[in-house]
Amino acid sequence: MVVKIGLLGLQGDYAKHSKVLSRLGLLSVLVRYPQQLSNVQGLIIPGGESTTMTKLIKATGIRQPLLEFADQFPILGTCAGLIMMGNQQGDKRVDNLSILNVQVERNAYGRQIESFTDNLVVNYGNREEIIPATFIRAPQITATGPEVEVLAQYRHQPVAVRQGRHIGLTFHPELDDVTLFHQMAFCSR
Amino acid sequence: MDKGSFKVKVGLAEMLKGGVIMDVTTVEQARIAEDAGAVAVMALERIPAEIRKDGGIARMSDPEMIKGIQDKVSIPVMAKCRIGHFAEAQILEALEVDFIDESEVLTPADEANHIWKYDFKVPFVCGCRDLGEALRRIGEGAALIRTKGEAGSGNIVEAVRHMRRVQSEMKELTTMGTEELMAQAKVLGAPFDLVQQVASTGKMPVPNFAAGGIATPADASLMMQLGAETVFVGSGIFMSEDPAHRARAIVEAVSYYDDPKKLADVSTGLKSAMKGLDIAEIPAEQRMQERGW
Repeated sequence: MVVKIGLLGLQGDYAKHSKVLSRLGLLSVLVRYPQQLSNVQGLIIPGGESTTMTKLIKATGIRQPLLEFADQFPILGTCAGLIMMGNQQGDKRVDNLSILNVQVERNAYGRQIESFTDNLVVNYGNREEIIPATFIRAPQITATGPEVEVLAQYRHQPVAVRQGRHIGLTFHPELDDVTLFHQMAFCSR
Repeated sequence: MDKGSFKVKVGLAEMLKGGVIMDVTTVEQARIAEDAGAVAVMALERIPAEIRKDGGIARMSDPEMIKGIQDKVSIPVMAKCRIGHFAEAQILEALEVDFIDESEVLTPADEANHIWKYDFKVPFVCGCRDLGEALRRIGEGAALIRTKGEAGSGNIVEAVRHMRRVQSEMKELTTMGTEELMAQAKVLGAPFDLVQQVASTGKMPVPNFAAGGIATPADASLMMQLGAETVFVGSGIFMSEDPAHRARAIVEAVSYYDDPKKLADVSTGLKSAMKGLDIAEIPAEQRMQERGW
């Protein structure tokens, strides 16, 4: 069977992710309706605004189907996507999915003027790789549960995490043409 | 660590795609916009339709008003400065607004020059009526381009004209031989390297949004189908009868712009849209789109 990856296409930079996937030879398709989840074997929740995604997830009734999908297939979330995948924060504006056992603080570095690119060291298996990482009004992971593996840290804080089949990132590999995390999430199976 | 690079600026523009950026004049309106699912708000003292009605000089907003909105919403906050008024832009950067709109909606401060946007760490969005104007602004460092349309008119016709023109000029470039590009750059009045880039990719070098006259979910869908990646809604929301409902409807209309059934759904039961103006009713010297070059 050909593996097809869904891009949650409600709002955000999903088109950038589609380019990364095609570089890995993976097909991608937009997911904007619940029934489309049955045609894909993995999902990306892209960067964008988590408040907007919350409204649209509710309006389209895709919340429960997403949670059921997560029990079977890998999900990769970047920035707002990670926020959506994290635990509830008590912020009424964002209805987190609690797929990853992490606490995530929105816009934790400050406003856009504090957005930046820097190099990161990623540790996975017995390997180490240095990649550029771009953080846009980025969140911070302030706590992780015991089942969460930290793949990369920046200034002593986790910025890339894996829990079982799912990966969450506070930055945007799709802006730097970094394929590593997409490969980890969708190619190792 | 690299802050304020062009990549980081365009990065925020990428994150706004598929969303709606709404003009707001008060903290309360900003909250309504965020609750409706706006991807960002544009903080300004008067919406374009009021600026048009009131006349006088339209300037950058009072920092107190911008700060008030920044304190109350978690989404990006944009603000406008006058064309060429780099001191207003410096103030907006000091306030840490997330995006500066060098906007024809305000009274221009410089009739010859736009701001050199590479001097700033905060990204800029600029309006255009055609591809040459878009590429000149990108050449100066704009990280996001929008159509000018005719702000405050509630009339989509000018935004359509501008978007169609930009798209057809990009298409034309892709059909040209390399030896024709220099002559075309001269016709467009655009930087040659950007002309080459568009000729090879067929796409605008930065995200390309629509603005100016969007008043209904159908208007938003129309602009998205014509190639816009996001829409700005100025007067269209808070000049309408039920702003919260209309704001929510336009947010959904942008995500599902190609689904007529969904559009019919979200367009149902909306109270009156803003009244709007025929462009012919606006004297040529009062047309905001003529400002800038």
